[in-house]
Amino acid sequence: MSSEEIQETDTEARFEFKKEESSAFQTEKGLTEETIRVISEDKNEPEWMLERRLRALRLFQEMPMPTDWPGQPDLSEVDVDEIVPYIRPDIEARGGADNWEDLPDEIQDTFDKLGIPEAEKQALSGVGAQYESEIVYQNMKEQWEDKGVVFMDMDRAVQEHPDVLREHFMTSCVPPSDNKFAALHGAIWSGGSFVYVPEDTTVEMPVQAYFRMNSEGMGQFEHTLIIAEDNAEVHYIEGCSAPKYSEFNLHSGGVEVFVGENAHVQYSTVQNWSRNTYNLNTKRAICEADGTMEWVSGSMGSKATMLYPSTVLKGPGATDNHITIAFAGEGQDIDTGAKVYHNAPDTKSTIESKSISKDGGRTNYRGLVHIADGAENSSTAVECDALMFDNDSTSDTMPYMEIQESQVDVAHEATVGKIGDEDVFYLQSRGLDDDDAKQMIVAGFIEPITEELPIEYAVELNRLIELEMEGSLG
Amino acid sequence: MATLEIENLQADVGEEGGETILRGVDLTVDSGEIHALMGPNGSGKSTLGKVIAGHPAYDVTGGSVTLRLDGNEFGEEIPEDMQEWDLLDLEPNERAALGIFLGFQYPVEIEGVTMVNFLRTALNTKLEEREELFEEEEAEAEAEDEEEAEGYESSPMEGPADEGEIGVAEFQQILQEKMELLDMDESFASRYLNVGFSGGEKKQNEVLQAAILEPEIAVLDEIDSGLDIDRLQDVSDGINALRDEEGAGILQITHYQRILDYVEPDHVHVMLDGEIAKSGDADLAEQLEDEGYDWVREEVYEAA
Ligand SMILES: Nc1ncnc2c1ncn2[C@@H]1O[C@H](COP(=O)(O)OP(=O)(O)O)[C@@H](O)[C@H]1O
Ligand SMILES: [Mg+2]
Repeated sequence: MSSEEIQETDTEARFEFKKEESSAFQTEKGLTEETIRVISEDKNEPEWMLERRLRALRLFQEMPMPTDWPGQPDLSEVDVDEIVPYIRPDIEARGGADNWEDLPDEIQDTFDKLGIPEAEKQALSGVGAQYESEIVYQNMKEQWEDKGVVFMDMDRAVQEHPDVLREHFMTSCVPPSDNKFAALHGAIWSGGSFVYVPEDTTVEMPVQAYFRMNSEGMGQFEHTLIIAEDNAEVHYIEGCSAPKYSEFNLHSGGVEVFVGENAHVQYSTVQNWSRNTYNLNTKRAICEADGTMEWVSGSMGSKATMLYPSTVLKGPGATDNHITIAFAGEGQDIDTGAKVYHNAPDTKSTIESKSISKDGGRTNYRGLVHIADGAENSSTAVECDALMFDNDSTSDTMPYMEIQESQVDVAHEATVGKIGDEDVFYLQSRGLDDDDAKQMIVAGFIEPITEELPIEYAVELNRLIELEMEGSLG
Repeated sequence: MATLEIENLQADVGEEGGETILRGVDLTVDSGEIHALMGPNGSGKSTLGKVIAGHPAYDVTGGSVTLRLDGNEFGEEIPEDMQEWDLLDLEPNERAALGIFLGFQYPVEIEGVTMVNFLRTALNTKLEEREELFEEEEAEAEAEDEEEAEGYESSPMEGPADEGEIGVAEFQQILQEKMELLDMDESFASRYLNVGFSGGEKKQNEVLQAAILEPEIAVLDEIDSGLDIDRLQDVSDGINALRDEEGAGILQITHYQRILDYVEPDHVHVMLDGEIAKSGDADLAEQLEDEGYDWVREEVYEAA
């Protein structure tokens, strides 16, 4: 089954079907204040959160759809009016299928190819089942709690840590006014993770939302808030290789990271969206003096992705490292990049972006490095490499630089190339077939990224790309 | 035992109006023999090597390249109807599986792929492909169906099942031995394939790959260029071992007598304008070194 078919037939058909079923919302036309009130009430939220949602909704309604970026993905098919039945907090109404058998064949097929155990498949697909690693997660949780580390569902955090959230939730980091989809997110967000690491505390094991998401279900508008106090250190990993399937085709997540003085946060994500999804996210970190923020992202799947994790280097000596990888196959437009604001002296950033396009897919690196007046002795190095499989595929790079300070060190390198016939032949002459040869070249191309990931994620990312290249993923 | 038989091989550059490069090459290389192929720049030596290995940039317009195997090869009995292979019908990787190896004049650099990972994958894939080639056609189709149905067995969170006949530990052993033979530093194993290797190190690496893949017939294209005297000795030891220990047949493309002092050829051929213009024994190489190629050309024209 092709991805277009799914988008046009299944989604529509099921949407109609669902609408009939959920009578509570049958009369709703699009996203209204009333809808937001119901969501907030369902979640038993305090008044301040409701007010934030409503303010975000107003901003969303006022802001125009972004259409004026050069070469941006076409968003005209995103119909927010269809959103309503999918934002109820219960899993069924969020658009997960009720039965494993109801999922499109291509999704079932992918799970099978990835060899994911049955229980996990069901959790990932939104069918809803407990995941066996729950026990592992519980053990880790006890260790964290002894240190004062908090890792919990965002909805629960609103109830249990209201002061911290009031201060940090979509205020200075990602305000809803940032962009139209951040505003939408602010209005209808649901689920996600809250991570808090106290001063002078190191969390040795990576904090993996993998467990949490599977055991508690996940949304399409999840919000992640990570706070690392001074001298704290944490690695947060989010993602899983199976395409997250939902009948409603918009994912709009929000991530906010606060990196304290001399703190270190790494946020790693490998995501694979089903081919009908528009993946529009806002992710940002604010980094205090001598703090370090590291973004590692692998963007796979989706129909269109717009994702530009950004870091504000606020304190002197702060550092940002970005590593991103994107893969676009047939019919996909993956527009990703990075933004860094050097707002203090002695700040450093490095951006390394790798993209692969195949069978007419398009990848674009869209980046911004801003070095403010007074941010002296700052340095930035940007490297973007694009690898194309064939002449039908495209790859662009748009690395914008705004440099307002003269005492800085700026390096930029970009390469765009087609996979080399001579390279493929060399490997073939050693016994690899054409596909294996190309897979090996691609695995090598993204190696700088995969070596940053814990081994199981690296393996997963490589296997995902293998499957994508075989053209066997949905 | 194997024989590579090239008959009246003709090839053009594979594009519209592509130049004709090979104009009827005849050459036979047997297991255990060392052939030197000499000739001026541009005469078509590298092209011959690439056509034997199946480079897609060339169109073969006539002639044949045949690999003949003995009844007993690769530690197995080979049925009579599978002893003769028309290489021109096969993909480059299938040719490799049957024991053809090309040492490149200009080896490519592959970023991010470690030598050890590449070599083990290559060896295992080669063994697997060879098995498939010798399976009956029916059995082959069945095996493929099965593979489709099975999908992946392990969870991606657990890491890959260690596929392949030669496991990591066993391969480390093989690699270490071969690297010692070639006097290569162990650290090369974890470096990316040819990336940042000096010209000489790349050539050494080509011979290392041959040593690991154990070909029936190895074509080594200017393996001696860019080598200092110590490395020339190491590489020569490697080539001699291929012949003496594995019984490989060697087609050594070179400009210089120098390497032939270490790797003594049984036969020497001169290529001119896409043809073998003259063949002889080791003395011919020395004569060419002293007198150049002009006299061969004159001889050919006189005869014509
Ligand atoms: N892919 C190609 N496209 C165009 N010309 C080629 C190609 N390959 C080889 N040639 C030409 O064919 C001739 C023989 O080349 P080559 O086989 O490399 O010679 P040698 O190895 O003997 O020096 C040269 O004139 C070379 O320029
Ligand atoms: Mg040559």
